[in-house]
Amino acid sequence: MIKAILIFNNHGKPRLSKFYEHYTEDTEQQIIRETFHLVSKRDENVCNFLEGGLLIGGSENKLIYRHYATLYFVFCVDSSESELGILDLIQVFVETLDKCFENVCELDLIFHMDKVHNILAEMVMGGMVLETNMSEIITQAEAHNKMEKSEAGIAGAPARAVSAVKNMNLPEMPKNINIGDISIKVPNLPSFK
Amino acid sequence: MRMPAPIRLRELIRTIRTARTQAEEREMIQKECAAIRSSFREEDNTYRCRNVAKLLYMHMLGYPAHFGQLECLKLIASQKFTDKRIGYLGAMLLLDERQDVHLLMTNCIKNDLNHSTQYVQGLALCTLGCMGSSEMCRDLAGEVEKLLKTSNSYLRKKAALCAVHVIRKVPELMEMFLPATKNLLSEKNHGVLHTSVVLLTEMCERSPDMLSHFRKLVPQLVRILKNLIMSGYSPEHDVSGISDPFLQVRILRLLRILGKGDDDSSEAMNDILAQVATNTETSKNVGNAILYETVLTIMDIKSESGLRVLAINILGRFLLNNDKNIRYVALTSLLKTVQTDHNAVQRHRSTIVDCLKDLDVSIKRRAMELSFALVNGNNIRGMMKELLYFLDSCDPDFKADCASGIFLAAEKYAPSKRWHIDTIMRVLTTAGSYVRDDSVPNLIQLITNSVEMHAYTVQRLYKALLDDISQQPLVQVASWCIGEYGDLLVSGQCEEEEPIQVSEDEVLDVLEGLLVSNLSTPVTRGYSLTAIMKLSTRFSSLNRIKKVVSIYGSSIDVELQQRAVEYNALFKKYDHMRPALLERMPIMEKTATNGPSETVQTNGETDSTILDTKHLPSISQPASQANDLLDLLGGNDVVPIIQTTVPTKPASAGGELLDLLGDLSLTGGPTPTPASSVPMSQPPFLLDGLTSQPLFNDIAAVIPPMTAYNKNGLIIEFTFERSNPNPNIAVITIHATNSTEADMTEFVFQAAVPKTFQLQLLSPSSNVVPAFNQGSVTQVIRVLNPQKVRCYCEPRTHSASYRSRSSEISPFVLKHLQKSDECLSGAKLNIAKLKLRAASH
Repeated sequence: MIKAILIFNNHGKPRLSKFYEHYTEDTEQQIIRETFHLVSKRDENVCNFLEGGLLIGGSENKLIYRHYATLYFVFCVDSSESELGILDLIQVFVETLDKCFENVCELDLIFHMDKVHNILAEMVMGGMVLETNMSEIITQAEAHNKMEKSEAGIAGAPARAVSAVKNMNLPEMPKNINIGDISIKVPNLPSFK
Repeated sequence: MRMPAPIRLRELIRTIRTARTQAEEREMIQKECAAIRSSFREEDNTYRCRNVAKLLYMHMLGYPAHFGQLECLKLIASQKFTDKRIGYLGAMLLLDERQDVHLLMTNCIKNDLNHSTQYVQGLALCTLGCMGSSEMCRDLAGEVEKLLKTSNSYLRKKAALCAVHVIRKVPELMEMFLPATKNLLSEKNHGVLHTSVVLLTEMCERSPDMLSHFRKLVPQLVRILKNLIMSGYSPEHDVSGISDPFLQVRILRLLRILGKGDDDSSEAMNDILAQVATNTETSKNVGNAILYETVLTIMDIKSESGLRVLAINILGRFLLNNDKNIRYVALTSLLKTVQTDHNAVQRHRSTIVDCLKDLDVSIKRRAMELSFALVNGNNIRGMMKELLYFLDSCDPDFKADCASGIFLAAEKYAPSKRWHIDTIMRVLTTAGSYVRDDSVPNLIQLITNSVEMHAYTVQRLYKALLDDISQQPLVQVASWCIGEYGDLLVSGQCEEEEPIQVSEDEVLDVLEGLLVSNLSTPVTRGYSLTAIMKLSTRFSSLNRIKKVVSIYGSSIDVELQQRAVEYNALFKKYDHMRPALLERMPIMEKTATNGPSETVQTNGETDSTILDTKHLPSISQPASQANDLLDLLGGNDVVPIIQTTVPTKPASAGGELLDLLGDLSLTGGPTPTPASSVPMSQPPFLLDGLTSQPLFNDIAAVIPPMTAYNKNGLIIEFTFERSNPNPNIAVITIHATNSTEADMTEFVFQAAVPKTFQLQLLSPSSNVVPAFNQGSVTQVIRVLNPQKVRCYCEPRTHSASYRSRSSEISPFVLKHLQKSDECLSGAKLNIAKLKLRAASH
């Protein structure tokens, strides 16, 4: 079973974290830090497997990682997964991202976290591999996006209108308008500020 | 008052990325969180989705986002797909299984599982399969089962994995999915096939009934595998030229489980395994992944011998592969098979040993483990040479494991005693600071028992000391040996190698050097002082020794001071006993053969005192009693639990020491009347309330409650229970009451155990023991004794007044020597197997 999938950059900044077992928010962050610490100190020309950190279960679990340019892709798996198989899976994941984002780079992951999660959800579910066929994953992910877009087109219109009105930059409204002796009090309209 | 529209996720990310410091980032996020919270409070439906998406981003960065949990639920309940998508994503990331919101969620998921859009159904399945609690699984298993039978492959594959999750959470629901598995393998879609194999694997692993039921699927699985390797190129499933390696690996795994221990199934898959093993293209990682899986399957099932040889040879080829990952898995799998196919693996020994020199630590570690597994009586000399060389050069992380591996192997296969001693000494010189605590007594025992090697050993150790006094374990063993065999050293009668000429003064110079060296630990100093003392009967330079001993009578190290005071007393008052007391140690008998626990379990400081205990048989005491004590200390026989409260003796009765031992031996058998061999008037021992009794035995006995401490109005009682799931855990509950007129504040109960034990002190009910017995402090201690070593409990108090009088009495005192009244504020009765300290102030 895959226990966790982590992506972080060369400085240890998380770019994606998905845990398939429950940990507290604090522990999750500690695991990311610990994993980064373990993985980042390894040379480029060593093997891609190492024993998991203490927090994620020690030597029961293995960390299988690949390093691409600025990003580390780390899968933490237990003994029921094939090490070499997971290595291929990481490759499939990265290639899929590359196709979805067209030359994927770190910024894509940063700004499209939800999309990355959706792609991953079509590939791995509940810690188990769901689909490895790249074109199938991409088709499904695109179908999702299409549905969202169509909603944004029809159902999203009113929302956009509201936000457009809210964001309108109206000139300061006069609070008191004096016309001769008659003074008209204009109520506060903070929402138009 | 309406808020302005919340900023978009994109803008938030951009803003956060402008932060130059961590503090700046935190401030931005806090500001945004405040905005999101107030937006949530307003029940703003329009921007809920955007806000949750932002929360998820912050969550990834490590900021708390749990306040968005309920909002996720609201999104899930929304009609919009966009909302649902973020809602489910949030639920997977933010909710945990124990949330009450699960109840609310179950209904939403149920609706969505029956939704008309497959993507909504897919989302619901995915979420259930990731974070469904057992209640949710119970409620929704029916829906999952229904979807498992659908013809829609997108849903079917998700339902299969969801079923795995359900089975993991609620194993008794497994039966429910059995009918649906019937047609799973006839599916054409690879995604469904893959997840179905996962489901079948899970079911087989969980229940033997399922396993035998699914054995009939072996031909079908073989057919699928065959199609995969025979079919030509199919762009859909091709990964680096191989057709769906992931599915192949999964099927091979399932075959392994099905074929294990079953002749017919193994027979049915022999051919296909051979085919996969020979036909798979191995220039790429994917091919090797399949080959690796095939090898593991061949090794696990009852395969033909030819096939097994083929498998091991594939691994041997892997070892020579340039790809480090392949070498790594080869070592891992050789390690798995070394037990069953020892000789086949043995053939690759030289390649494996070469891997010790690999630069990669992961490979090094595997190679080291495998090398130890390959050591046997025939190759021990050669293998040890390599491993000692490895120990010399390896990272500090490896040294401890490597050293203990060498110890174990040497003990098992040592070709000669001299080789054994040399090897251990070599380890101590190269990696002394990494060896385990018990290696010192182990080596001492080994040396004591090799009588013919004494002169050689002491000479080697003396030379090692001249070279280097920084390796503490080595220095300790050396001190001990010089103390014991100093006479052999100066006599220069070594047969094994060229004898050296050493004078008594030179030897004493070295030992005194240890006492003053900054490199020496307190334990080492203790060893050294005892060695000097022992030399007083072996050397003629008595005055020099007396002087050293008296100097340390005022040492600031309490342990050392106490030893020195005691030895001084031995010189002054009991000089007639001294030669007998310091006689050479008898050969130690091995007490048991269950690994490291066989030897004296030490706890740091007590090392030397334990060794001193072994002097006992040579002391002029009735043999029966001494034996009783030895039984108590080392024997493996079951000691009945008898509460032995040692009474205060009248001052006139001489030989309290013996009485004490006599009382102790109650635990071993009836006490013979002590013969008054050493008539002397001693002050009474202040032993009120001090008890000693075994806490653990080999048999699971119920231990009666005992009063551990009763003094100055403080009563501490222990009640014992054996923990149910693990009988090796003793649960001790302490109750402390106070009969004095004042509350005892800052009451802290401490306990210490030897390293083989594990101790867990739960928090006490209070740190004040109320006066007049008006209440008690309770605290629970759990002691895990994995090796079932017998242990003793020995309570004592520390208080300011006691401390000032140098209170801690070492066991040594009781064994040989008499002590003054001031010294005696607490006493140890026997070797501290378990020290429980009650501290009251």
